[in-house]
Amino acid sequence: MSENRPKPKGFQEWMEINIWGLLIVVGLVLSVGGLVEIVPLFFMKNTMEYNKFPEIVWEKSGQEAIVSVGQDGKEQWNWKPGDGVRPLTAVELAGRDVYQREGCYLCHSQMIRPFRDEKERYGHYSLASESMFDHPFQWGSKRTGPDLARVGGKYSDDWQRQHLHDPRSVVPESVMPGYPWLEESYLNGKTLQRHMGGLRVVGVPYTDADIAAAPALADGKTELDALVSYLQVLGTMVALDESKAYRE
Amino acid sequence: MQSSLEQKYDFEIVRWFTIMAVVYLVVGATVGVYIASELAWPFLNFDSPYISFGRLRPVHTNAVIFAFGGCTLMATAFYTVQRTCGVRLWSEKMARFTFWGWNAVIVLAVLTLPFGLTQSKEYAELEWPIDILIAVVWLSFTINFLMTISIRKTSHIYVSNWFFLGMMVMIVYLHVVNSLAIPVGLFKSYSIFSGVQDAMIQWWWGHNAVGFYLTAGFLGIMYYFVPKQAGRPIYSYRLSVIHFWALMFGYVWLGAHHLQYTALPDWTGSLGAAVSIAMIIPSWGGAVNGMMTLSGAWDRLRTDYVLRFLIIALAFYAMSTFEGPVMALKTVNALSHYTDWTIGHVHSGALGWVAGISIGAIYHLMTRLYHTEMFSIRLINFHFWTATIGTVIYIVAMWVSGIMQGLMWRAYDEYGTLAYTFVESVDAMHPYYAMRAIGGMTFLLGAVVMLFNVLMTVRKSVVSGSLAKARAVPAVA
Repeated sequence: MSENRPKPKGFQEWMEINIWGLLIVVGLVLSVGGLVEIVPLFFMKNTMEYNKFPEIVWEKSGQEAIVSVGQDGKEQWNWKPGDGVRPLTAVELAGRDVYQREGCYLCHSQMIRPFRDEKERYGHYSLASESMFDHPFQWGSKRTGPDLARVGGKYSDDWQRQHLHDPRSVVPESVMPGYPWLEESYLNGKTLQRHMGGLRVVGVPYTDADIAAAPALADGKTELDALVSYLQVLGTMVALDESKAYRE
Repeated sequence: MQSSLEQKYDFEIVRWFTIMAVVYLVVGATVGVYIASELAWPFLNFDSPYISFGRLRPVHTNAVIFAFGGCTLMATAFYTVQRTCGVRLWSEKMARFTFWGWNAVIVLAVLTLPFGLTQSKEYAELEWPIDILIAVVWLSFTINFLMTISIRKTSHIYVSNWFFLGMMVMIVYLHVVNSLAIPVGLFKSYSIFSGVQDAMIQWWWGHNAVGFYLTAGFLGIMYYFVPKQAGRPIYSYRLSVIHFWALMFGYVWLGAHHLQYTALPDWTGSLGAAVSIAMIIPSWGGAVNGMMTLSGAWDRLRTDYVLRFLIIALAFYAMSTFEGPVMALKTVNALSHYTDWTIGHVHSGALGWVAGISIGAIYHLMTRLYHTEMFSIRLINFHFWTATIGTVIYIVAMWVSGIMQGLMWRAYDEYGTLAYTFVESVDAMHPYYAMRAIGGMTFLLGAVVMLFNVLMTVRKSVVSGSLAKARAVPAVA
């Protein structure tokens, strides 16, 4: 075995006869690009616009829930559209779970680029801070259908429901599948509490009150209700100012 | 001599992976044709959750990348490493674990993805318990490969094995980091990363699944099977050294080009684009090295059905590694991103290069592993033309539709307002989506013919007793 191996004439040949040497060098060479491109994103301040424009992120006062159900059975909101980026409510999160499950991200992006046509079609370009609580990100890579980053409020809830039930009944040229099963499936508050707890572990700032409010908010609602809530909140969290350059 | 090889090496495991690769090629392409048809004729979704586009698309990508691509890589890596090291696999038991483990991953993918159990990261959809299994099986594959090289009888490690090794190490990095998630249920988890960092990590994984799994690994195949089939040494050793290290170093940076003009900081996207453009040099280095190996023997293309597949694969490789850097240019990317052009680019790589080089290698392997000629050469020629024509129809359809989408979305009328609504662009895609489905069907037809031909060859080998005879001959030292 080793006796017929010649003495290497250089570094390349040394690796060609030494598998463990080759393994280590390959391992080092392969790690450079990833380290240079990924690691700084966690530390460089200008990655996240909120370092310069703190108003992008909702500043929560105290420990109360984003939304909870009061004694009278009505929802009480401590946040309103434009107040800034916040974690999704239990029902919106359930909608996002459906969005992931049905593979919506395969045909719809949530990332508006800074071009004139995209601004006119979809709105202000997307900020990194807007998806800071998105585990995983839903930017997408393909627009078989339109971008959804700011679809919230563009259509009525009824339109969204009809469109999800049977897309071609409202948009005849659409190639989107129908999702009639969503209206038959009900949310489970307990499951959502577990999901919110998991997200809190990885850094989404849910309070105990947010998690406690989940069953009252979600129970009795369908997956269709949840998905519509999620779609209606997209892009409505931050009040973006046209006069500000959020990104260079 | 062939018979003694049967004793000397573990061919059994290579046979298993080879046959499964062909089966999964048909499965993956069938699902691909179906989802392509759903986009052309959306009634095919049938309002059923299990076959709706969003759930089936990951089934397609997982079936072709991990089932077909994985089995091909494992068959060829286990074959090549034994042949070029002159020793039997380090552990036959471990190789069997790799086989059953990998197939278990594939079965679990089929049992989870149609039910919507997904991490929703492209090409890394499988949920966390399956991710753990993938990591274990992949390590068993890697360790067995490394240990086989460490006990080799030859002095130097052959170039194919460098590429296989690079792929194995990189996939460990990528899979482990990109799949880090917090489980919140048996089949539900959330990525520990969010937003912009998650996007960069996902496309670091996404592009390197292409760059290492589907390129470096398949270059490993090219470096063994092209010279072997041509009966000539590889064109240039020096070129292979340079392009190996350039590929290992450079490919890793490319993921950022998927995120140009997004909320990813500009420096990262630009860096990714710059390295992407430079990558044309190592990529073409590989293509040239493969093709020039045939220099002086080009006439073989007229008669050698295996070489024909290998060389057309290299031609597609050269084409798509030219197209890739062009699409990474920021001005081009502004148009091409989010469009079908990307899908076309992926398929010129996947159908033309990856499937082409795999099919060539599999036909080469079939005769060696079953100690007989192929059942039908005419069917192989038929396969060659259906595969090539199907691929060309597919990518032409996607070029046209992709560029059309890009242009329609940014078109303005004389009043300075957007000329088209989004849905007008969807409507305009219909003929091209139909054309793409037809291209896919043509490719699938060839794959089905291949499966038939392969199974008939196995039958022929069993019936004629050539496999049994090869197994019975005692080893010649």
